Amino acid sequence: MASIHQFDVVVVGAGGAGLMAGLYASRGAKTAVISKLYPTRSHTGAAQGGISAALGNYEEDKPEWHTYDTVKGSDYLGDQDAIEFMCNEAIDAVLELEHMGLPFDRTPEGRISQRPFGGHTNNVTGKPVRRAAHAADRTGHMILQTLYQQCLKNKVTFYDEYQVLDFLIVNGKAAGVVAVELSTGELHTFHAKAVIFATGGHGRIFEVTSNAYAYTGDGAAILLHRGLPLEDMEFFQFHPTGIYKLGILITEGVRGEGGILINGLGERFMPRYAPTVKDLASRDVISRAIYTEIREGRGVNGRNYVYLDVRPESVIKYAALDGRTNPDGTPYTITGEQVLAKLPDIIDFCRVYLGVDPITQMMPIQPTAHYTMGGIPTNKFGEVVSDSKNTVFPGLYAAGECACVSVHGANRLGTNSLLDLVVFGKHAGIKAAEYAKQVDFEKLPLDAEAGARSQFEAFRNGSGKENAFDISTEMKKVMFDEVGIYRTGAIMESAIDKVHELKERFKHVRVTDTGKIFNTELLNAWELGNMLDVAELVAVCALNRTESRGGHTREDYPERDDVNWLKHTLAWKQDGKVKIDYKPVVITKYQPKARVY
Amino acid sequence: MQVTLKVFRYNPEVDGKFRYETYTLEAEETDRILDLLEHVKGYHDGTLSFRRSCAHGVCGSDAMRINGRNMLACKALVRDVGDKITVEPLLGLKVTKDLIVDMEPFFDNYKKILPFFINDSPLPADGKERLQSPEQRARFDDSTKCILCAACTTSCPSFWASDDYFGPAALVTAHRFIFDSRDQAASERMHIVAETSGLARCHTAYNCTLACPREIPITKAIGELKMATLTGKLD
Repeated sequence: MASIHQFDVVVVGAGGAGLMAGLYASRGAKTAVISKLYPTRSHTGAAQGGISAALGNYEEDKPEWHTYDTVKGSDYLGDQDAIEFMCNEAIDAVLELEHMGLPFDRTPEGRISQRPFGGHTNNVTGKPVRRAAHAADRTGHMILQTLYQQCLKNKVTFYDEYQVLDFLIVNGKAAGVVAVELSTGELHTFHAKAVIFATGGHGRIFEVTSNAYAYTGDGAAILLHRGLPLEDMEFFQFHPTGIYKLGILITEGVRGEGGILINGLGERFMPRYAPTVKDLASRDVISRAIYTEIREGRGVNGRNYVYLDVRPESVIKYAALDGRTNPDGTPYTITGEQVLAKLPDIIDFCRVYLGVDPITQMMPIQPTAHYTMGGIPTNKFGEVVSDSKNTVFPGLYAAGECACVSVHGANRLGTNSLLDLVVFGKHAGIKAAEYAKQVDFEKLPLDAEAGARSQFEAFRNGSGKENAFDISTEMKKVMFDEVGIYRTGAIMESAIDKVHELKERFKHVRVTDTGKIFNTELLNAWELGNMLDVAELVAVCALNRTESRGGHTREDYPERDDVNWLKHTLAWKQDGKVKIDYKPVVITKYQPKARVY
Repeated sequence: MQVTLKVFRYNPEVDGKFRYETYTLEAEETDRILDLLEHVKGYHDGTLSFRRSCAHGVCGSDAMRINGRNMLACKALVRDVGDKITVEPLLGLKVTKDLIVDMEPFFDNYKKILPFFINDSPLPADGKERLQSPEQRARFDDSTKCILCAACTTSCPSFWASDDYFGPAALVTAHRFIFDSRDQAASERMHIVAETSGLARCHTAYNCTLACPREIPITKAIGELKMATLTGKLD
């Protein structure tokens, strides 16, 4: 007997965006939050350095500067109405988190402490501004905990460890989702008026990544399978400082506190690439600089990594050279104890995984696949739009990393992801609840579970001559090596061929676990299918965009091309092929100009 | 190097009782135990089940017993645990399958201590943040690091004896709010943790502190709660 649950609003995913959506939707509608993990395991918890808002707690700052920095950071591909909206909401969003109890670090006056972050500047001087509100180097952890706690306080209904497999569309409107309960293997239909996807990104398609195992692009893939487009999938952020080989994130906050990048010659190289803000340039700029250093033979010991140096003596030396000062005008200094207090998790990661103590040694780092700029197209209210005319899909919402509003455009600024998920999670929740009040439930299809069931059955019937882990490993390698930081047409064509080959081989995968209880083999195979579909889109869209912009760097098209490419990509999967269309970028106040840091 | 990985196996759909399976693997000293488990799942036995997500010690999914001690599989390296490795599920929670335990009693205990910020007084007139000095903030800093992995609670003999003991993780969360100068429900929480299911069951075995992958001084935090219930003071 099928299990059917009925809610006005169903939220898929329980990271920051999903929890915020759940919190707000539940105030006006009967709401359930469904997550494949326990909510506190979500990847928001891995965010480290801060959440940006022009609070101005240390120095002058304003939302207009935050807006401009974000537009510039996006390499002018971000929609300026949405960016302005987000940056204006930022101050209230951060204060709301504080009012919910979030334990931000404090200024001597007892206000929320802020640190500099890449690309965030005083628009008059061009110098870095302290805009990132932080709780040590676990800001995301504190946001996740605080929002989960507030959801408990407000008695939000959770379905923990349920994997959503399918999205139900009836009469062109959202009608619910189908999920598998991991502990029993039973399918459940969630009949809903409105569905909010907040399922995170897909960084696990790359070999070296800071992303959790859970980051397999499920939400994006589910909607793609149901005929919806994805936006700007060619834009993926490679964070400059991942732990060498492992990809574990080392927050930009390290550089915010004065850390610098050093090449194999012992030379600080960022001033050559970004003369004004140097080591606090935006992430795409720094990741390219690191790769350029490595390719020109200035990696450490001829290998593909460089150093991040936060030893107090180095920080003090370069701060003096840069003329960096404290808020009171005195020269900037730092001690080993202060580094430990401000960045305890980073110190811990380096000690555990590298056997390196950052107080006395430099950290070996390399760029790591970090953030999905593209995703499910939405407007600034979190409503999913389904074509180049921004036609709203009734009852469907998306927020957080899985969504593409687009506020990040071609390159996201650090700290704007946490802001994004709080602001747009909230608005998606509000909008979904409003919508649910106005409409009736669509009638469920006769066999709502059919789509979900058939997806699983395929894995039981494969020939078994292919191994899912091999396919996964090969996909991650080809995507990282050939559709990574530097891209060229011919190489990407071969990468696409490879992905197609892997997709063919994937049909031969057979799941050996025939059980129902926590069949993680089945779940992982299903996730791999999502990753292959998303990877194909990333590669095809990257090949299609014949320019360089933000995180998308084409060696065969090294210039930004505003005449032909100042537009968003929309990509559908139709009859086994990728179909591409475009929609215009919203430009309000800031005309595109050359991007210099 | 070669390692032997002995893994606790139990699938209630097939097995009458648990068993151990031993795998011989090639490994690097810097491999995480989680990497070894992934390898086994990929190439030796796809049915092996365990939880994992972030793979770097911040999400709390993969707490398990490794050579008898509670650790996160993603934070324990081969060089830390040696080449003979035994991996078992957490103690004190029912095994659902292989290394996966039923977390519900753990989260139920967490929910009992009002694990959310409570302050119903009006917001500051300027609409800005509630002020808190750096010293006040530091008072509960360690307790904010908890990732609810359950390594502490499932290392506690009192919890093994009875899962209606809230356990160290819930008490750490109580500490996080009770010592937050902005929170107003300290007395209510103090009343809860002073119940028979609370502080009285802590016999300072210290296992929790040793097990915590976030290096939270848990026994100290519980001691501070005990002191506060005795003195009625929070400083």
